[in-house]
Amino acid sequence: MKALVSVKRAVDYNVRIQVKPDGSGVVTDGVKHSMNPFDEIAMEEAVRLKEKGVISEIIAVTIGGQKNEETLRTALAFGATRAIHVKEDGEIQPLTAARALAAVFKKESADILLCGKQAIDDDANQTGQMTAALLDIAQATFASKVDIADGKATVIREVDAGLETLEIDLPAVITADLRLNEPRYLKLPDIMKAKRVQIEATNLGDLGVEAAPAIKVTKTAPPPARSKGVMVKTVDELAAMLKQKGLV
Amino acid sequence: MSKILIVADHANGKLNSGVAKVMAVAQAIGGDVDIVVFSDDSKAVAEQAAKINGTAKALTVDNAANANLMGAVLAPQVVALVKGGYTHVLFCGNALGKDTAPRVAALLGVPQVSDIMAVHSATSFDRPTYAGNAITTVECPEGTIVATVRLASFDAVAEDGSASVEAASVSATLPSHTRYQGLQAQKSDRPDLQSAGKVVSGGRALGSSDNFKIIFDFADKIGAGVGASRAAVDSGYVPNDMQVGQTGKIIAPDLYIACGISGAIQHLAGIKDAKVIVAINKDADAPIFEVADIGLVGDLFTLLPELQSKL
Repeated sequence: MKALVSVKRAVDYNVRIQVKPDGSGVVTDGVKHSMNPFDEIAMEEAVRLKEKGVISEIIAVTIGGQKNEETLRTALAFGATRAIHVKEDGEIQPLTAARALAAVFKKESADILLCGKQAIDDDANQTGQMTAALLDIAQATFASKVDIADGKATVIREVDAGLETLEIDLPAVITADLRLNEPRYLKLPDIMKAKRVQIEATNLGDLGVEAAPAIKVTKTAPPPARSKGVMVKTVDELAAMLKQKGLV
Repeated sequence: MSKILIVADHANGKLNSGVAKVMAVAQAIGGDVDIVVFSDDSKAVAEQAAKINGTAKALTVDNAANANLMGAVLAPQVVALVKGGYTHVLFCGNALGKDTAPRVAALLGVPQVSDIMAVHSATSFDRPTYAGNAITTVECPEGTIVATVRLASFDAVAEDGSASVEAASVSATLPSHTRYQGLQAQKSDRPDLQSAGKVVSGGRALGSSDNFKIIFDFADKIGAGVGASRAAVDSGYVPNDMQVGQTGKIIAPDLYIACGISGAIQHLAGIKDAKVIVAINKDADAPIFEVADIGLVGDLFTLLPELQSKL
């Protein structure tokens, strides 16, 4: 069974986000980037499925500029067997990403696409679902447990009311939520080995993908600042304030 | 003029309270607004939808396949309805909306707007990115607008209307690749972290899983949900599903009490929308105090039980 795992390079979750003063976007130059944490979870899940013998091949795929190669190296260090770089220097929105992923999925005759439920930069939470729609296959979003057997996946999903279980036929798209697993720490020998793997390059044109109509961002602003708080010296003061505000 | 379709979320015969908030967005856009209820027996829910002010028609689509709502099954039905002439289709920004809206957008070949938090015009909206650290104003291209609504950003409209309830005919081929198996509802006696009005969280300073009892005890005293920082989760004190922050749960309670949490950026991203943030921390220079409305410097192991005894 062949798994495709889509991995996105995003500003690291520990970076304090700075909005550019002219409102044209967020400062990303010279800022630490890493693999989107939810994609790391998807990658870990693929590796665990491979270790269990459910999956035989893991293809990591990313869409973006040259720097995204680092993200593919990380995926290879996790245990991806191959890496595909869809090279595109412009901005990629979810529908275009989904078209590219669907094209790779078909070309590779993959059985499953694993990806994070959302990327922590645009917070769109769309690409997995869109890819499933374009391929006309099943989806299980926000997965916290995945079992695969007999051409089917049983997936426990994190929904508002609790944990929902779906049974889906493969091929399918599964998007990872936080609880699915805890990604392993990468070992130095694996990181070194990953550097030697040949990354397969392609682009939207080669995949026969047309960029989708895009949403235009006209302004980026920081969120409204919180008003300055007060420091209290004693528990009594704190208790009194909480009571006065009607909070307890 | 805009013609807007709201896809209703519901469960156990009850309309989701978010639908009346989505109506607030629809009214800000302006135009005719229909609410559609997909179910195996939609009458009761549709009657609730018909009461939401601003509803032109409450549409029902009854089908055994809609007994439990699933994005992959809903999407082709929503698309069939939208093609009947809607300019906008809106969803609650919750698990169902996020599961369904992108699928609808992809089938229509249009982009999707996630988490509308303000409406500028029929085609321009504000939405959060970077866990709410950057608010973007977006302009949609020509075509149907498919969007989810960030429910925490809007107040529900009143529910004293009396729209008509009509059955809608939808011709769509429904997939058989997705089968609902069941729901295990949260069984905790504590309020759910995501929807709790009060949340108490512990950080690395708790030092151990056993010590976390002090947080649980305090939370139970004031009827709060319990969360944790990533540091506390990574240290193994509490399970991952309690993590509050950019990579965990993003919450907006009325009261958030951070105990022994230094306030890493990724944690702050998850609590920014809390109405009142209280921080208790030994380190007077901890970044958590920069966002706290009320700060108290000191040892949580003595201060928290003391506070508990006084409430």
